[in-house]
Amino acid sequence: MEKFNTHTGLVVPLDIANVDTDQIIPKQFLQKTERIGFGVHLFHDSRYLDHAGTQVNPDFILNKAEYKGSSILLARKNFGCGSSREHAPWALQEFGFKVIIAPSFADIFYGNCINVGLLPIILKEAEIEQLFKLSADTQLTLKVDLPNNVITCGELSFTFSLNEFQQYSLENGVDSVGWTLDKLDTIKAFEAKMPAWQ
Amino acid sequence: MTTTNPQTMYEKLWQNHLVEDAKGQTPLLYVDRHLIHEVTSPQAFASLRFHNRPVRHPERTIATMDHNISTRSIKIDAAGEGAANQLRALAINCKDFGIELFDMGHKNQGIAHVIGPELGLTLPGTIIVCGDSHTATHGAFGALAFGIGTSEVEHVFATQTLRQNKAKTMKIEVKGQVGSGISAKDIILAIIGKTGSAGATGYVVEYCGEAIEALSMEERMTVCNMSIEFGAKAGLIAPDQTTFDYVEGKEYAPKGEVFSQAVADWKKLKSDDDAIFDAVLTLAAKDIKAQVTWGTNPGQVISVDGTVPSPDDFSDPTEKESCIKALKYMDLTPGTKMTDIQVNKVFIGSCTNSRIEDLRAAAGVVQQYQGQQVIEGVDAIIVPGSYRVKEQAESEGLDKIFTDAGFEWRLPGCSMCLGMNDDVLEEGDRCASTSNRNFEGRQGRGSRTHLVSPEMAAAAAITGHFVDLNS
Repeated sequence: MEKFNTHTGLVVPLDIANVDTDQIIPKQFLQKTERIGFGVHLFHDSRYLDHAGTQVNPDFILNKAEYKGSSILLARKNFGCGSSREHAPWALQEFGFKVIIAPSFADIFYGNCINVGLLPIILKEAEIEQLFKLSADTQLTLKVDLPNNVITCGELSFTFSLNEFQQYSLENGVDSVGWTLDKLDTIKAFEAKMPAWQ
Repeated sequence: MTTTNPQTMYEKLWQNHLVEDAKGQTPLLYVDRHLIHEVTSPQAFASLRFHNRPVRHPERTIATMDHNISTRSIKIDAAGEGAANQLRALAINCKDFGIELFDMGHKNQGIAHVIGPELGLTLPGTIIVCGDSHTATHGAFGALAFGIGTSEVEHVFATQTLRQNKAKTMKIEVKGQVGSGISAKDIILAIIGKTGSAGATGYVVEYCGEAIEALSMEERMTVCNMSIEFGAKAGLIAPDQTTFDYVEGKEYAPKGEVFSQAVADWKKLKSDDDAIFDAVLTLAAKDIKAQVTWGTNPGQVISVDGTVPSPDDFSDPTEKESCIKALKYMDLTPGTKMTDIQVNKVFIGSCTNSRIEDLRAAAGVVQQYQGQQVIEGVDAIIVPGSYRVKEQAESEGLDKIFTDAGFEWRLPGCSMCLGMNDDVLEEGDRCASTSNRNFEGRQGRGSRTHLVSPEMAAAAAITGHFVDLNS
């Protein structure tokens, strides 16, 4: 996993609550055995007017010229609800997103983002509202500083927090499986004490 | 003398599985059972190969083919090239890593969350994970069960553990008894209607109360299955005699003395009387009516004797906006009676409602209509959850009741719940579905899903609209 330190990027505001992972990456694109090839299908049903994905929907915000190249997704509450498909963060990442900012995330999606190195940031509703207003008026660029847990934009700043180990993992690009395999003796000791039925 | 603080069931399960809680690290939990399927596992296997790591406990891992498969043929190629590639990859991966696989046509094959319980792979007091959000189903046994992403699938493969932050706890008590004809699906939809679709995000929910205790194991599975639909990490029901009787004698369940010891341990799992929950929700069972969703998330649900709500019914601006968006997508007008909504597709199946009791309930409704057929213009399919369910249903003649009435009787699989195979709705189709999600496009781009019980789905197939079976 790539290390995450700071990131400065353009914000695209997606003003929809309860965005589910079926919307982020519809099921017909899950039939791959690789981790790549999902970005092109991100938000397929919204980005394209036809099922085949040949006609771009000009009204969908990700298709608007002023948001081209955006790397920070500003979202509403309960982002990433529904299916546990990790293909959703893979698709967001491959499309170019490094950070997602929302007032709340669905639990599984949030964990999946951390595990793939896509930074999910929770801000207060009022702060989210402020960012939506700012991004509606102008092209909003934010600097996200993970080591210092702060987002800045000119004079404005917003602080956020992550669980200690998740912050460490993202900053250091930890191979979480390798990290746990170093604890194999502890796991074996636990197994030795388990009851027979378990 | 030491005293122990009263604990919830979740806290006991957590404590029993805590391998390590090191400072500055996310706690490490032991995973007893890992269920896998073709869609969310291939990238995890690829990463194991890349790092030259084995599956640490292949005997704790069970694979089934369910998400992608055809419900018309047991041939691996019947559901298209993409599906076939994933199914073949699963077979190769299971062979290479020594994992038992229930592949196409195997007597144990079926939806992961149907076969786990019916084979005795699902045990109280265990942690069960699967790369599928409806893993919460197994919480019906008093197992801590939850869906995970593919990176976590890999972590479990390699270590048989997972790192998890501790969730908050919510008690949902359903007091008294439900009225006649009210199903487990109605109970859980009514709960989600009350909490909203994200009402339990960050929580592990424990369902209790007389109405929950009175449920069969299969009904409890329906309730726990939809825990994720209001954001819960997992749903739990305390194991009791109903649970032990169900588990005893199942193929993979412990036997003899080991089973007795297990039951003794399982009896200790229930929440202590004075355990404190972070949140409590209480419902009166007698107030729960048959439910139908009208919107595009499972929280947008109403009693069948109600009407389609108006955006003005919501004071929260986000809910109001969601209502406007949902009504547009669903092509519904506020004030329309739910019983006036016409459907042209019916799907009875999915890990929520495809077990034998679900099929019996649906068949019972079909019989009440005394020889009436699925109404013209409606296509109705029944997809049993597993080969065992299918076989049992056929031995009871349920398949005959369905096919005589014009339903299609299909082979087991996830099918139209998510439409990864060719069981997909067309744009504009309106479906009465016993599945778990009514998201935009879930069953097919531009299609409209109404979540209902098997009884309601069967009635909708015969009449072409939703029916208040109690009126």
